[in-house]
Amino acid sequence: MSTVKHDGKVRGFQFSPWNLLLIVPLLVLVTPLFNMDGPRLFGMPFFYWFQFLMVGVGVLSTWIVYLMTREKPTVDAPDKLSVEDLDEGDAR
Amino acid sequence: MSNLQWPELIIFTILFALVTVLGFMASRWQRGSTLDHLDEWGLGGRKFGSWITWFLLGGDLYTAYTFVAVPALVFSAGALGLYALPYTIVVYPIVLLPALRMWSVSRVRGYVTPADFVRGRFGSPILALLVAITGIVATMPYIALQLVGLEAVLRTMGINGSGIVGHLPLLVAFVILAFYTYQSGLRAPALIAFVKDILIYIVILVAIIYLPSKLGGWSHIFDAAATKLSAKSPATGKPAGSILLTANNQLQYATLALGSALALFLYPHSLTSVLASRGRNVIKRNMVALPAYSLVLGLLALLGYVAITAGVKPLTNAATGKADGNTIVPVLFDSQFSSWFAGIAFAAIGIGALVPAAIMSIAAANLWTRNIYKEYIRKNATPAEEAKQAKLASLVVKLGAVAVIILIDPQFSIDLQLIGGVLILQTLPAVALALYTRWFHRWGLIAGWIVGIGWGLIMLYGIPNPANGKQHFGGSALSLGNLSLLGWHPFAGSAVQIYVGFVALIGNLVIAAIVTVIARQMKVFNGTDDTEPEDYHTDEHDKNLRPIGVH
Repeated sequence: MSTVKHDGKVRGFQFSPWNLLLIVPLLVLVTPLFNMDGPRLFGMPFFYWFQFLMVGVGVLSTWIVYLMTREKPTVDAPDKLSVEDLDEGDAR
Repeated sequence: MSNLQWPELIIFTILFALVTVLGFMASRWQRGSTLDHLDEWGLGGRKFGSWITWFLLGGDLYTAYTFVAVPALVFSAGALGLYALPYTIVVYPIVLLPALRMWSVSRVRGYVTPADFVRGRFGSPILALLVAITGIVATMPYIALQLVGLEAVLRTMGINGSGIVGHLPLLVAFVILAFYTYQSGLRAPALIAFVKDILIYIVILVAIIYLPSKLGGWSHIFDAAATKLSAKSPATGKPAGSILLTANNQLQYATLALGSALALFLYPHSLTSVLASRGRNVIKRNMVALPAYSLVLGLLALLGYVAITAGVKPLTNAATGKADGNTIVPVLFDSQFSSWFAGIAFAAIGIGALVPAAIMSIAAANLWTRNIYKEYIRKNATPAEEAKQAKLASLVVKLGAVAVIILIDPQFSIDLQLIGGVLILQTLPAVALALYTRWFHRWGLIAGWIVGIGWGLIMLYGIPNPANGKQHFGGSALSLGNLSLLGWHPFAGSAVQIYVGFVALIGNLVIAAIVTVIARQMKVFNGTDDTEPEDYHTDEHDKNLRPIGVH
């Protein structure tokens, strides 16, 4: 299996640790965290304003990932996770 | 046809005419060398920048039906209806990375549909056909639902005739839509989406500031809603809902939000908008900025409670004789706003129906053309013939959607949409996971698809809805106590509910994995992979990119 393209660049599976930030917004799926009435904000139960707050958290996480990964659209290191090797070396 | 709301109708008609002109003009906007190519007609030349993509994706994912149905669900069931908010919070972080890979590989290989990718990845026309059919079947009722949203608005304005006359304005609107989509392709909804979103934002901001102040503030609104929802329903003897989740529907809330998020970018139409963008950074920026719509959606959902406090009663649909819950928001606007502003609000919802309907019909037409017509009917179709075929298919798809609304109860298309979401989720292993790994064997994926779809349908069939007396397809919440594995009930007696699509997906993955292991043991040929590892990382400025729209 070759990751060398004809123009000489090597591109494989790329993974940035910053991508792990994308897990943070998933907290909004843990309903016991916020399924309660108080404290209210502007008359809105916690259940509601917490989820609106999580919109902001989602934006922030995704934005940081964008800022940190946009300058390296491709990496020149070998494939770190080597997912393609799981393919049993299909004839290419 | 009595009590027509003239000021509302006039403003609605003027704005509608405006977007019609825009729709026809769109064919000349940012034009490429030709419109006779799927890259141009079906993907707008693959060169949309951040702003256009934002409006297009927003117009695509947040539809008229969402704007009408989510508040309606909150109105009738309370907190559960708010699942749409976490769903749009988690969707962008989840799909960001796969969407980038899908964009790159499609840009390099010239893929237009998710089924194109599956075809290239596994060399399996059968698997690609299954993905294509699932996409078309799931998209059709979605288009029909846009009509439900449009009709809810029209009925509120007094166009609430019975029989075929009641549907006539809808038919006119859709014929117009069909023709400018035919002519302009994806550029038409992209341009109209600007108008739609500006209107929607104005209306929501006003509604969310003005209405609560008029009705005694949020605190009063939530208390009034809590009182009303806790009253026992005569049909079931239980409260209709509550403003917080109950012990039994928390799992349903989370799995429905997650399942819907996973399904969203498997829908062919959302992928169409992703593939139409210029490069990877455009997509990344959009995943950051799209949650602006989530706020709008969340605030809209709360209008369900506002409607309760304002004492809104749903209109009776003269065509079916039943109360139409989807008219909650239009009736609220009609009763609380001055008529000219209600007209703007209705136009926003009405135009909001056209944008996604256009994109969806284009996506379905692309699937038909690429994965059925070209694969099985005319193998050596030229790009120009493909474009012609897709244009015709987009007409057929829209007429089909109108026929569904006119000939059968709109409630039926809501059921179909519910089923569609469960179905499209079953293409996740073949489309989304295949972006990362070819570990799954193509026959494993086919077996998983069959089991996921079959089991999903069986579970949906078995869910009754006591509130409206339906025996089957009464919702997507399965009580764990009724979960049956070939007759074995692992959670017997439990009343905790879970989203059917999620359960079916787990079954799908388990079967896919088992069959994969068996197929590998038996050394069954797993097709040829056309894609290269580096295909998944190409970007807009790379050298040697495939030219766009070349015959």
